[in-house]
Amino acid sequence: MSDLLSLIIAKYNYWLYVILMMIGLYAMIAKNNLIKKIVGMNIFQTAIILFYVSIGYKTNATIPIIKSADTGHGMVVRAADYINPLTSCLMLTAIVVSVATFGFAMALTVRIYRRYQTLEEDELRMRLSE
Amino acid sequence: MKLLAFIVVSLTGALLLYGTAEFSDWGDPNSPASLHVSNYYIEKTYEETHAPNFVTAVVTDYRGFDTMFETAVIFCAGLGCFLLLRDFREKKEYFYRHIPTGVILHVKDGKKKITTGKEFEYMDKDWVPQDLINRTACRILIPFIQIYALYVVAHGDYSPGGGFQGGVIFGSSLILLAISYDLQTLVERIREKLLGILAATGVLIYAGIAAICMPMGGNFLDYGKLAPLLPAGSHVRALGMLGVEIGVGIAVMAIMVIIYINIVSVGRHDEGL
Amino acid sequence: MDNYPVLIVVAPFMTALFAGLFIWIEERLSYPIVLTGLAVSVFSAVNVLLRVIASGTIQYNMAGWPPPIGIEYRIDLLNAMVLCLVSGVAFLNLIASYRSVQQEISDRTGAYYTVYNLFVTGLLGVTITGDLFNLYVLIEITSLTSYAQVAMGDRDRGPLASLNYIFIGVIGASFYLLGVGYLYMFTGSLNMVDVAVIIKDSQGSSTVLVAFILCILGVWIKMALFPMHVWLPNAYSYSPVVFSRAVAPLMTKVMVYVMIRLMITVFGYDYLFQKLQISDAVVWVATIAVLAGGIMALAQKNLKKMLAYIIVCEIGYMVGGAWLGNRLGMTGAILHIMNDALMTFALFLGVGNMIYRQKSVDLTDLRGLFGKMPWTMGGFVLAALSIIGVPPTCGFFSKWYLLLGAFEKGAYHFAAALIISSLICAVLFFRVFEICFFEPMPHGHENLHSHGIIEEAPVSMLVVSGIVSFFLIFAGLYSGTIVNTIILPFLG
Repeated sequence: MSDLLSLIIAKYNYWLYVILMMIGLYAMIAKNNLIKKIVGMNIFQTAIILFYVSIGYKTNATIPIIKSADTGHGMVVRAADYINPLTSCLMLTAIVVSVATFGFAMALTVRIYRRYQTLEEDELRMRLSE
Repeated sequence: MKLLAFIVVSLTGALLLYGTAEFSDWGDPNSPASLHVSNYYIEKTYEETHAPNFVTAVVTDYRGFDTMFETAVIFCAGLGCFLLLRDFREKKEYFYRHIPTGVILHVKDGKKKITTGKEFEYMDKDWVPQDLINRTACRILIPFIQIYALYVVAHGDYSPGGGFQGGVIFGSSLILLAISYDLQTLVERIREKLLGILAATGVLIYAGIAAICMPMGGNFLDYGKLAPLLPAGSHVRALGMLGVEIGVGIAVMAIMVIIYINIVSVGRHDEGL
Repeated sequence: MDNYPVLIVVAPFMTALFAGLFIWIEERLSYPIVLTGLAVSVFSAVNVLLRVIASGTIQYNMAGWPPPIGIEYRIDLLNAMVLCLVSGVAFLNLIASYRSVQQEISDRTGAYYTVYNLFVTGLLGVTITGDLFNLYVLIEITSLTSYAQVAMGDRDRGPLASLNYIFIGVIGASFYLLGVGYLYMFTGSLNMVDVAVIIKDSQGSSTVLVAFILCILGVWIKMALFPMHVWLPNAYSYSPVVFSRAVAPLMTKVMVYVMIRLMITVFGYDYLFQKLQISDAVVWVATIAVLAGGIMALAQKNLKKMLAYIIVCEIGYMVGGAWLGNRLGMTGAILHIMNDALMTFALFLGVGNMIYRQKSVDLTDLRGLFGKMPWTMGGFVLAALSIIGVPPTCGFFSKWYLLLGAFEKGAYHFAAALIISSLICAVLFFRVFEICFFEPMPHGHENLHSHGIIEEAPVSMLVVSGIVSFFLIFAGLYSGTIVNTIILPFLG
């Protein structure tokens, strides 16, 4: 049991983000209102982004921009001084994809509301099967 | 349904947590993720590209191909909103307010329009009295926000920033204009045609700079081969990155405004928030 | 020229952007621009295929950086075949769709062609890339453009079908992204070949196992394997004709290609079939998918929905064949990628012609079509025979390889499902033929759906239908050559 506890404390960031992902996933599947589902989708994607960014962290390291003391001739850039730039770069793409999907889902919701005057999934299903 | 969702979510969560059992601790500089490729990026980026910001160098140079498609993703979202929502039908009724007396005119025939200006102002269906302080403050702020946005795009290589960030800030300054005044003001100043052309042009600048490298003898996106065209010596890769960032900034700015206008007015481009 | 590999993807991409620019300047130029881009892509793809057959795997480094520092394009025989297939089908579809787009989406054709070309760019990019994260970005382009196109179809039901597709698609793509994240955490690299080399020695790790499960689950959700297929029938039936004709043959097959690529190149045959003993369970899931797709197709009253459930059934064939674990099964699965794309394209071409003239394809509306549209029904009959698996059409040969593979492995349930589903398809299609042929055309005021005298479809659509029918028989007769030149050398 103490083994599990020490495991959780050493990696608490991963546990936190996985719990956040599951909250978002639950909202996407179980909620009835379309807007709540879209909010759940946003939480899910944001939690994945945070998970990735936290992979790149190194203790006692600074942001991935060269300190001015290191530029110039005879400079040595040590990798342990800077956090991992690759994960942040990948997540730039993921953030843009999440924003694009969110914007398009909002456009669809606006159009569905204009046509049916309701946003509850069970009412929509009833209307469509008439 | 909720029970099924709960079971699925618990199983997925358990699977994900089981997978983290062998991860390195948080912040470990010797985890495999921080060793193999990312060490190369940190140590060699300044020599090869002369851009101090590692993230921008990786995003626009080493993995620039991903960023080109990411710009295409946001372009698709804007184009999709336009395709889905745009309603070209003419509006039939207009409301105008006579400013000195407060009298409201309801014009039912769409063809006769009253020019707005000092005497008449245009009204939406859900019009509220515009606050003078609100309008003036936003009017003063907008140019400074735009200058800041241009700064963020231009300094992408040297400090946190880049094309996406700068483009979003610029787009939000235009959206601030629409929120503080009304949507008609924005639509009259910046036509839909200009926004559409800017969006496509931004992504074309990116793809164009990338494609020009091919006839100059390199692979796609190989900025090093642009040296005959850009007289920059060893900084030619950083200049290629800047050109690409400018393209991205233009595209993102136009797309943000297109998405906002189409969603808020449900495609009609006449009234909104 | 050395740049043919990148031209396959960049030609449709840049022409899509030019078409997006010309929407605002001269909208009538959008169609020729987009058509040119796809023509260049087909030409480059065929060129690359011939080069790969002659001299082996091609490697193309983006931005001049070698892998794993930069992104690379890696084209081997499997890739090259799927690239030719995707670009060819997309090009033919665009030729056949000029009239349908004008009929269904009349005031924004320029924007539609832009989105269509971006969709084809996404599919081609998924097939050609050798980098795991690049694959995710291109899957997202494909998904976003398909969400947009599905919503352009039926006025009432299109947007809701698209929204449901968005939710399930985001879950699938995010699972794949998480899988890539776990692999990155373990290996530190994003290149497929590099990752394969690094994980070869550490097969007992829980991280690699969870990464594999997440990646495969994500890809299964995107290819609509039962029971995660719920988005497919609605999305394909309520979308415009030009889109359903492109997505039904291509999208799910490209996802099957991604699964095979992950199985063979990244994780490796030993890890999957010796270390993890799950191939039996997966073959059972595939069997249930095949039967469920067939049975649900029997219950449908609309031709488009019936064909969508048949697609679910065909996905079951391919997943089962790939997971059988022997060369015959994998050969059958890869051959079926090509054959199923051609057959589904031919079927949807026929349906598209019917919708162009009749606007509705409920089964009761198809009366007497043999008399009104003989050429269209000829192509449709040939495609139906191919799905049932009648020689010498191509459908027979891929099913034959799958059956041989199933018998060799001892998976008799899968073989039984193959035979039963062929019979179900026969029943389905002969029911349609009976309605089209034997019931007389109603005269006078009895028929509420007719719009006057229905003629044959326009010549552009018929020519494309003829070309695809020719390829169905050609691929069938030359199956042996295709297997020996492309598939067996790939499997090694």
